[in-house]
Amino acid sequence: MQERFDVIVVGAGPAGNAAAYTLASAGMSVLQIERGETPGSKNVQGAILYADALERIIPTFRDDAPLERYLIEQRFWMLTDDAYIGSNYRSAAFNRPPYNRYTIVRAQFDRWFSGKVQQAGGLVICETTVRELIFDGERVVGVHTDREGGAIYADLVILADGVNSTLARKAGFHAELQPKDVALAVKETLFLAPEVIEQRFGLQGEEGVAIEMTGAITHGMVGTGFLYTNRDTLTIGIGCLLSNFVQQKIPPYELLERMKAHPAIQPLLAGAELKEYVAHLIPEGGYNAVPRLYGHGWMIAGDSAGLVNSVHREGSNLAMTSGRLAAETAIALREADRPFTAENLSRYRRRLDDSFVMKDLKKYRRLPATLHENPQFFTTYPGMMNAAMHEFITVDGTDKKSKEKAIRRSLGERRGWFGLVGDAFKLWRAFE
Amino acid sequence: MHIVVCIKQVPDSSQIRVHPVTNTIMRQGVPAVVNPYDLFSLEEALRLKDRVGGRVTVLCMGPPQAEMALRKAISFGADHAILVTDRAFAGSDTLATSFALASAVRQIGRDMAVDLVFCGKQTIDGDTAQVGPGIAKRLDLQLLTYVSQIDAVDPERREIVVRRRAEGGVQVLKTRLPCLITMLEGSNELRFATQAGIFRAARYPVQRWDSKAAGIEDPSRVGLKGSPTVVRKVFAPTPNTQRADLISCESGTPEDLAATLLAKLTTRNPELAALLGRAGMQETGR
Amino acid sequence: MNTPAARRPAGRKLELDPRLAAYQGVWVFVEHERGQAHPVSWELMGEGRKLADQLGVPLAGVVLGAPGEPTRQFCQLAFRYGADRCYLIEDPALADYRNQPFTQGLTELVNAYQPEILLLGATTLGRDLAGSVATTLQTGLTADCTELTIDPENRSLAASRPTFGGSLLCTIVTLNYRPQMATVRPRVMDMAPYEATRGGEIVEHPLRLVETDILTKVLDYIPDNRQDRPQLAFADIIVAGGRGLKQPENFELVWELARVLGAEVGASRPVVQAGWVDPERQVGQSGRTVRPKLYIAAGISGAVQHRVGMEGADVIVAINSDANAPIFDFATYGIVGNALQILPALTGACRQHLALTQRAG
Ligand SMILES: Cc1cc2nc3c(=O)[nH]c(=O)nc-3n(C[C@H](O)[C@H](O)[C@H](O)COP(=O)(O)OP(=O)(O)OC[C@H]3O[C@@H](n4cnc5c(N)ncnc54)[C@H](O)[C@@H]3O)c2cc1C
Ligand SMILES: Cc1cc2nc3c(=O)[nH]c(=O)nc-3n(C[C@H](O)[C@H](O)[C@H](O)COP(=O)(O)OP(=O)(O)OC[C@H]3O[C@@H](n4cnc5c(N)ncnc54)[C@H](O)[C@@H]3O)c2cc1C
Ligand SMILES: Nc1ncnc2c1ncn2[C@@H]1O[C@H](COP(=O)(O)O)[C@@H](O)[C@H]1O
Repeated sequence: MQERFDVIVVGAGPAGNAAAYTLASAGMSVLQIERGETPGSKNVQGAILYADALERIIPTFRDDAPLERYLIEQRFWMLTDDAYIGSNYRSAAFNRPPYNRYTIVRAQFDRWFSGKVQQAGGLVICETTVRELIFDGERVVGVHTDREGGAIYADLVILADGVNSTLARKAGFHAELQPKDVALAVKETLFLAPEVIEQRFGLQGEEGVAIEMTGAITHGMVGTGFLYTNRDTLTIGIGCLLSNFVQQKIPPYELLERMKAHPAIQPLLAGAELKEYVAHLIPEGGYNAVPRLYGHGWMIAGDSAGLVNSVHREGSNLAMTSGRLAAETAIALREADRPFTAENLSRYRRRLDDSFVMKDLKKYRRLPATLHENPQFFTTYPGMMNAAMHEFITVDGTDKKSKEKAIRRSLGERRGWFGLVGDAFKLWRAFE
Repeated sequence: MHIVVCIKQVPDSSQIRVHPVTNTIMRQGVPAVVNPYDLFSLEEALRLKDRVGGRVTVLCMGPPQAEMALRKAISFGADHAILVTDRAFAGSDTLATSFALASAVRQIGRDMAVDLVFCGKQTIDGDTAQVGPGIAKRLDLQLLTYVSQIDAVDPERREIVVRRRAEGGVQVLKTRLPCLITMLEGSNELRFATQAGIFRAARYPVQRWDSKAAGIEDPSRVGLKGSPTVVRKVFAPTPNTQRADLISCESGTPEDLAATLLAKLTTRNPELAALLGRAGMQETGR
Repeated sequence: MNTPAARRPAGRKLELDPRLAAYQGVWVFVEHERGQAHPVSWELMGEGRKLADQLGVPLAGVVLGAPGEPTRQFCQLAFRYGADRCYLIEDPALADYRNQPFTQGLTELVNAYQPEILLLGATTLGRDLAGSVATTLQTGLTADCTELTIDPENRSLAASRPTFGGSLLCTIVTLNYRPQMATVRPRVMDMAPYEATRGGEIVEHPLRLVETDILTKVLDYIPDNRQDRPQLAFADIIVAGGRGLKQPENFELVWELARVLGAEVGASRPVVQAGWVDPERQVGQSGRTVRPKLYIAAGISGAVQHRVGMEGADVIVAINSDANAPIFDFATYGIVGNALQILPALTGACRQHLALTQRAG
């Protein structure tokens, strides 16, 4: 029996689920193929969910989605080897529903989302890997899987197979990922009793906090660390550019181990028990690295299209939004009875350009290069800031005015005034 | 031949944690899997079907989510799947569980007589190995546990010959069908589902039976009421806090560490000293 | 659904039905095969003695087997290991273990003589038989127990067992049903002391079943070659290796030390799953329980599932490169270091030690 569908979606991450759900809800016949044992089984990570992107797909998601905690506080830390300086932002406004950001555990969230796809009428098959796309000339007409039993055909294939999409590379849709365009993130989930989490982080009920960290923990590499509170687990991780890892020869898990041993972090983890360890790539090339997003009979969404805002560590929302826009493009064409040619599918790119996805990526388009060329943002600055703070708050009989002078002198010595001004400018340009 | 395979959906026990304060089980988010021991029975049933033809029905008792386990069995080639699910079953121990499953097997047999029932050797959560024997008893089937191989099956003469692991050897047993078999782990290797199987599983409408549909007339025989055993408490093993006497020596070379250890072993544990002496005699004696 | 979960026996009768109060005495099923009693029987006898004394009732052994002196011999052994009485069924149909006649025999004995507690070993035979008997008797059975106690308040048996892969224990009671049945893992309980002069009373009972009514026939019995099969459970010394040995070749270091010590070789689950050693050598929750005098663990972290299988050892030596490895929390002696270096050194030291003691002796 030959299997035929309107659309095949490859992958059941946020991008694939958003696309499949939107398509199935509009009555199209959808087959979604996921290689993991269950949707999300390959994504065993804690993460932050940005409500808005999901709300546009499933407005009532708060009713039954497995959400861990809503964030009421964000901390930014700059660390040296044994100290940190940081800022906290906590607002009562974050404590009023509808909440804007949640922590989630992807394994559960993805499974829930996939359940929605099935409820909407999509057919989901797991433990099945798409090996290659089937072409009829230029046009993609179906897929081959690793299971015995032949081809599966469709009018349209949406690739939502995540970072490092082998399918897209095999098909020549985009080139090999460059180590400088991709970060390697390692992450651990640690069990900790909910009461302990709440007490330790000053939380109540379902409140949560996220901590973003830079500085000595990356050992001079371009990257950041993070810690999130889930219901009864903590997520801690660190990500740095793959090219840096290659140069520095620090094994990623060791980097994480060192970070966990940092005097500012260790007490937060005390008594926690390891549940899971994962390593995963994050596309960091930004706007300039976005490949072609559509062609005859295919579109590409989410991480596999490099749609990640590394500055704000946003990925799943861009993935969901791009998945939804790809689906909406297909639905509109089907309704107008127009074929899925490259030309017709080019509306997908236009929709993305008009959305926050491309606008945000464009805004930070210079950042990856800036950071890459200026490692001082990750080494010298956190050290300087911490030293200044230390000087300032240590009571040792020196008057405050002399202290200020000393601080200014030391800043100048360590980076040079021109350097400081230049850096400020570079950073300002990158964020502009 | 009609073969029924009982499979259970279980939480992946490696991911279960105990709440340190309340000592309750933190099950939230723990993925569910098909009890690994049951897969050996499923595979054996499918092989028998390949050999002599017939039908394989998979049966599971559990909450609605347990449907996943049955779907999985369908993907490998099972023909039918029935989920016995009812709030009335909550709290069933092995006696009540085997009662409910036996009753369901009887119902399944109305459609086509059942020749063979397979169960897993044991589950990884309950871990009792009692449900299989329980079902056999209630259905008055011959019981063959810890089977490592099925040598022959003859549906016409209604005979089966199997190898069964006993403590000190292997029994070769012949018995009459219908019977109930539990397979030893490692006795076969599960097949890889075909694409057609995967599609069939994704579309398959799993039948759901409540206790009535499963043929249970007397609700007091299932659930808490039908369970003689009661779990009085669940607790974490008390950690032995006596830390090891860490061996160290000046040089820290492996040789010196080994010598220091041996010295401690023989001087502090006279019984061991004697034992270690004897060990050597045996070695030279051999 | 038969997973234990903490629950209250809500609305259930807690005091014993007077009818059931007639059930008295502690029974131990004496398991034997091919003329050999399974040692778990005597471990159970030791535990049964404690329970019987606490309850102030006699302790009895149950022996089922072919007619003849060898079978009766097991009754004598049972007395020497502490039984006051033995219930015996001799019948040709009981020559080899088969579920149907054994279930029938044991069930009849229980119905006739009404014990309040019936213990069996959690062996392939014991588990097969216990499940069938409990179902026939419609009573509760707790599998794979590691601890048995009597609740002084109502004389009921509180049986504790590991659950959820050994990460938890639970205590199970059988309310208002008799007998209270439990299977116990081999090597968990202490063996009863042996008293060569002890005797007792034998109560004989017929098996009301003839061979022609038994549907299962034993065509053959292929005994394991004792030499080939690991005898882990009863070894005095075990050298065990884990994933910390890194490569299958390195496991040879474990074998070498074992050879010098005349020890058995054990392993943790990952090593077994990777196929480095035979599954029968797995120690732990889903492997064997062992109680050697000396257990040497090299490159084993000491996860709870491994621990439950070996913490009964008299002396545990742990070799692990991670000073924080959980195994150091319960080992007797620990060496923080690389097992790949320590093992050969230890082998050398032992060889030397043995040469010396032999010359001395
Ligand atoms: C450590 C880390 C932390 C992060 N934190 C956040 C955060 O807090 N918030 C946030 O918004 N984003 C975060 N991100 C980014 C976010 O995870 C990704 O942007 C998002 O998951 C992308 O979704 P996707 O659907 O495109 O890809 P994925 O989630 O990677 O899904 C792809 C799916 O396709 C499947 N697949 C791949 N190939 C095949 C094939 N050939 N056949 C069948 N199936 C296939 C995979 O198994 C997978 O399930 C983080 C990323 C990392 C690595
Ligand atoms: C339901 C269930 C049942 C289970 N049943 C069992 C069971 O019966 N038996 C069992 O063993 N496990 C069982 N397990 C698995 C158990 O949880 C652990 O995963 C397992 O015991 C770990 O084995 P390990 O110590 O060899 O490996 P690891 O946990 O990987 O430990 C390796 C250790 O070696 C150390 N090490 C590394 N290199 C060296 C070196 N060069 N020299 C010295 N030390 C070194 C490391 O520090 C580490 O502590 C079960 C799990 C589940 C969920
Ligand atoms: N709820 C259930 N549904 C289906 N089969 C079950 C169930 N519980 C136990 N079984 C079967 O009985 C076997 C032994 O289970 P247990 O006695 O729990 O160790 C399992 O391997 C299954 O084959």
